[in-house]
Amino acid sequence: MKTKGKVVGIISNIVIVKVDGPVAQNEIATVALGSVRMMAEVIKVIGDQAYVQVFDSTRGLRAGAEVEFEGHMLEATLGPGILSKNYDGLQNDLAAMDDLFIRRGVRTAPLDEEHLWDFKPLAKAGDRVEAGDWLGEVQEQWIAHKIMVPFVMEGTYTVRSVAEAGKYNINHTIAVLEDAEGVSHNITMVQKWPVKRPIKAYVSKPRPSRILETGVRPIDTFNPIADGGTGFIPGPFGAGKTVLQHAIAKQAEADVIIMIACGERANEVVEIFAEFPCLDDPHTGHKLMERTTIICNTSNMPVASREASVYTGMTIGEYYRAMGLKVLILADSTSRWAQALREMSNRLEELPGQDAFPMDLSAIISNFYARAGLVHLRNGATGSVTFLGTVSPAGGNLKEPVTEATQKAARCFYALSQQRADSKRYPAIDPLESYSKYLEYPEIVSYLDEHIEPGWAALVNKGKTIVQRGKEASEQIDILGDDGVPVEYHDRFWKSELIDFVILQQDAFDAIDANTPLERQKYMFNLVLDICDRSFAFADFQHCTEFYKSLINLFKQLNYSEWKSDQFAEYRKRIDEQVAKQESNQ
Amino acid sequence: MTTKAFQKIYTKIDNINKATVTVHAEGVGNDELATVGGKLAQVVRIAGNEITLQVFQGTEGIATDAEVVFHGEPPVLRVSDDLAGRFFDAYGNPLDGGAPVEGEEREIGGPTVNPFKRIQPSELIATGIAGIDLNNTIVSGQKIPFFADPDQPYNQVMANVALRAQADKIILGGMGMTNDDYLYFRNLFENAGVLDRIVCFVNTTENPPVERLLVPDMALTAAEYFAVDKGEKVLVLLTDMTLYADALAIVANRMDQIPSKDSMPGSLYSDLAKIYEKAVQLPNGGSITIIAVTTLSGGDITHAVPDNTGYITEGQLFLRKDSDTGKVIVDPFRSLSRLKQLVIGKKTREDHPQVMNAAVRLYSDAANAKTKLENGFDLSEYDERALKFAKEYSEKLLAIDVNIQITEMLDTAWKLFAKYFTKSEVAIKEALTEKYWPKNA
Repeated sequence: MKTKGKVVGIISNIVIVKVDGPVAQNEIATVALGSVRMMAEVIKVIGDQAYVQVFDSTRGLRAGAEVEFEGHMLEATLGPGILSKNYDGLQNDLAAMDDLFIRRGVRTAPLDEEHLWDFKPLAKAGDRVEAGDWLGEVQEQWIAHKIMVPFVMEGTYTVRSVAEAGKYNINHTIAVLEDAEGVSHNITMVQKWPVKRPIKAYVSKPRPSRILETGVRPIDTFNPIADGGTGFIPGPFGAGKTVLQHAIAKQAEADVIIMIACGERANEVVEIFAEFPCLDDPHTGHKLMERTTIICNTSNMPVASREASVYTGMTIGEYYRAMGLKVLILADSTSRWAQALREMSNRLEELPGQDAFPMDLSAIISNFYARAGLVHLRNGATGSVTFLGTVSPAGGNLKEPVTEATQKAARCFYALSQQRADSKRYPAIDPLESYSKYLEYPEIVSYLDEHIEPGWAALVNKGKTIVQRGKEASEQIDILGDDGVPVEYHDRFWKSELIDFVILQQDAFDAIDANTPLERQKYMFNLVLDICDRSFAFADFQHCTEFYKSLINLFKQLNYSEWKSDQFAEYRKRIDEQVAKQESNQ
Repeated sequence: MTTKAFQKIYTKIDNINKATVTVHAEGVGNDELATVGGKLAQVVRIAGNEITLQVFQGTEGIATDAEVVFHGEPPVLRVSDDLAGRFFDAYGNPLDGGAPVEGEEREIGGPTVNPFKRIQPSELIATGIAGIDLNNTIVSGQKIPFFADPDQPYNQVMANVALRAQADKIILGGMGMTNDDYLYFRNLFENAGVLDRIVCFVNTTENPPVERLLVPDMALTAAEYFAVDKGEKVLVLLTDMTLYADALAIVANRMDQIPSKDSMPGSLYSDLAKIYEKAVQLPNGGSITIIAVTTLSGGDITHAVPDNTGYITEGQLFLRKDSDTGKVIVDPFRSLSRLKQLVIGKKTREDHPQVMNAAVRLYSDAANAKTKLENGFDLSEYDERALKFAKEYSEKLLAIDVNIQITEMLDTAWKLFAKYFTKSEVAIKEALTEKYWPKNA
């Protein structure tokens, strides 16, 4: 028997409902407006009045309208067919909507219920299983999509039967499990999970111990993100947050990519819709769209479902992680999510914290980032969710609540600087402000020793020091004038410029330069550091400037050349010649 | 607004404050319009049968026994082809003395286009202004504001853009416009003989500020009619969005909302996004392009209004007075069109991207030279040339009074390159330099 209620109050999208029975916090309700059924979520209960936030416009809603409570929280529908789908924040399939406009209350099924999947059993009768254990698999795109014991099932079960290999739709019973009391449970390929609860179907969550290759040099070389790690990218508008995130989405070495467009521009999502089906994944050669799911709640879509969108994306990520896959979740922008929280908190007339954000903003953000991570599954496999969010600080000022709260939660910080963006030094990741805590993890340091080269972390620090010293030299030059400082200052400055132009700057629109594999990054970084180690004798600062300018030009051509091609070798040779010539001048 | 049969009428107002009245009434819908003592109002809060109404003009003179008439519907606009050539106030009532427009009633501020049904914008909008066409090309379906200080001629520039752009319809939404500016636009459109392509919704400084809140939705409802129903290319001009935001702040304040940055309501981002995101390229060929004005205070773009706008729009056009030439230019450093990549070098000549970048780079060399000069350092011979180039570049290309075709802009840029620099200093791909470097230079 569902709890029912009637609308007694309306303030924008918050509706107050007088209920006739029990309601739960975060329970889903449907509010009737004529024939339209609008989804809503309980956010506060006072006596017999439930405050629900409606995921749609409440225009025209009247006091007395019927409300029905569903008895469950907001859930994601999990099963094969999620990859390459485009969802809104509530997991409606956008492609399945007929109308040009998104009408109120329109719902579309998240998964195709007709499609027949080629099922292969992995468990057998008599097996003892728990939530998250693999019963079978189907081929989704090129990924072996595991059909698992639903996460909501507590305790241990005995497998009674598993369906034979064959073609089934998602609602077909593919296994029967028996619980301790001898009750049978039919398992299909679909399960549901409340999005605001983390999926914990794993044995342990160790510290991350390997890095996730993104092909973006200032990230991989200078401040690598761990596989199963967290990071965030704050930056003012125009600093290139979205271009950077798209680059990572295209190149990252992950099995599944989930892009959450949270309160951002619709045309940016259209760009993904248009490009991703045509682009290839550099690691597998498959189409990018085949490993990508887009959760799209653009800025003009309802604010309440904007809040839901990040949780929906995270839940889908955790689902694929439980299959032993590497998942990368990108959210653009988490500030819009925080703003949605602020709008709600404001309407509930809660006492505000800084900049009118809710007091518990920091806790909410930390809890969310904590859902990422590397996990060991019960069967010994590992899976990971790496989370990278952008933050859009008001006025580009990093001293604001969302940036500060995120900084406490995320382990990598990629600060985009307005100054770098203005001088077209893209990606505008500030090399000195940014950091990766993972470089301090002994596990990661030894991973780098083993997989890149021994002593790599020390080399990275050396590179950072050169950049730091170059900046100091440049400040001196600005104060004292080109002639007012020793030539060594110019040499120091230009060595940092060499690292900047060759390693830190990268052309996201050039097919070759956009994506640099780790092997090539190692080669380039060593090459640059080798030059930084040399001392040259220059007659004057102009001589010094000319030498490095022309060297940088050669290096840029090298970056644009195909790895190990003849052209690459040719530029490498010219670099060596130029360096040798300068050294012989001494 | 005409009254209709079976409307609910009440005559006992419980509470009155500066902006709102409260009345006990049954069966009232959220966002519904009402007339309170002859003034238009909208339902903003329902608590049982206690209805709070926001009176757009303010509550001055409203008595507790004033007549409250509920219209039974949210604000609507009657749409038909007859909208063309007409001037309306914020409620959609004719300002030009003509008869009300007949047509289908549409709710303003309607639903959003499914992002999956959108088409990637790809059509260039030529304005003749090189600071825009060459450096910050606008594309149909884009949304882009002018960031300008109040003393800059942004309305004139916008009017020029509107007249030169080959749009099927131009819809002007004027918010807090001075009467002089309103008459300027009106005369300009009349004299240009384009009245049949114009629709205007205007709230002048003589009208109550809160009425402005209806203007963008009115303008965009008309725009959606022409773009969605008729497949036309519609250009929407919104001036001044800062004054729109000010009205939002007034309402939020009167509703006892807690202000966030710069006294603006916490929902400013969503409120602005709902307007700007109406810009769209539709599958039927129709499009809505929004060009807006956001006035700044002393060039400060970190204020909440330009800041939130920048995160929503696809770039911004920054106007500033150039001290070298005394002309207003489109600042090449701070301006940006995020969608230009979709058209430059594809819909325009192949050398466009490279010429654009090279010119801006050389202009920035000149800016550095200027800083050097100001700090009392000597200029090199290159610096001197860069400064001369910057002056001519500013005059011949960046100034807003330029009106030439894109090909001519590119040719002009090449001429300036050849006049002041060597080929290696310009550093454009060799194949292009071979082809376009002036032969007799």
